[in-house]
Amino acid sequence: MGRFTTWLHRMGSPRWFFDLSRPWLVGFLVVGLTLLTVGTVWGLGFAPPDYQQGDSYRIIYVHVPSAHLAEALYVAMGVAGIVVLVWRMKLADMFVAVTAPVGMAITGIALLTGAIWGRPTWGAWWVWDARTTSVLVLFFLYVGIVALRQAIPRADQAGRAAAILAIVGTVNVPIIKYSVDWWLTLHQPASITFTAAPAMPPSMWVPLLINFVGFYSLVAAFVVAGLRNEVLQREADAQWVRDWLGRAT
Amino acid sequence: MSEFLAMGGHGLYVWLAYGLSFAVLAALGLRPLVVRRRIVANARHGAGGGAGARQA
Repeated sequence: MGRFTTWLHRMGSPRWFFDLSRPWLVGFLVVGLTLLTVGTVWGLGFAPPDYQQGDSYRIIYVHVPSAHLAEALYVAMGVAGIVVLVWRMKLADMFVAVTAPVGMAITGIALLTGAIWGRPTWGAWWVWDARTTSVLVLFFLYVGIVALRQAIPRADQAGRAAAILAIVGTVNVPIIKYSVDWWLTLHQPASITFTAAPAMPPSMWVPLLINFVGFYSLVAAFVVAGLRNEVLQREADAQWVRDWLGRAT
Repeated sequence: MSEFLAMGGHGLYVWLAYGLSFAVLAALGLRPLVVRRRIVANARHGAGGGAGARQA
């Protein structure tokens, strides 16, 4: 066994994860709640209004972080899907199971806030442009993974089917990202990229960055919490879980 | 204060967007707590080798 495979198996041990992950959960939770509070108060109360959109642009502080996170979670789920198929790692399968409904909800936030922002800005709650349509596809991919896992009774088959859909669906992520460049969309292109100066002043983009990290951190806490429950449920017959539950009750 | 709430006439949209976002985030955060409570409760009632806990 190669060193990488050994490391993967140790990492993939549910017990190893459970023993180590409590501080991660607390850390992500504290950082996430703090940053989201700061970024939201700043974005709503102190960032200047937009010269074209007025105050409606403030929706950006929940819309962009949730939309970005929705894509990133899907990619993470796709990577976990590969680990499930290639290495049969339990923890990766649990990650897909826990992340799919969370990603679905976060994509829901992106779609809802986008629709609400679209109404005063474009004059319509919904338009079928490439960006909005590809994000709707992302939402249905998440729904598909949740549904697949529930529809297939045998856990290993359900896990493999969900992993395959997670991997195949990642094709949609670059389409979402580049849709605003490849097609003529009503949706505006990215205001902030790694390669160019931001198209807004620091008083606007700093709170966006704060909420961005806040969303990632808070949702990381939720995923870790979900994974810990998943470990307790699936390893319920293991002696260490019984011992742990015995101490918890 | 009312000026802040009005959001330059876009108050409905801004507050609806934030309200829905944080409602969904709150639900996502509560779910693991509810599941955890159910797992511990099942264990306490001696679900017998975790069969009950697995349903949670």
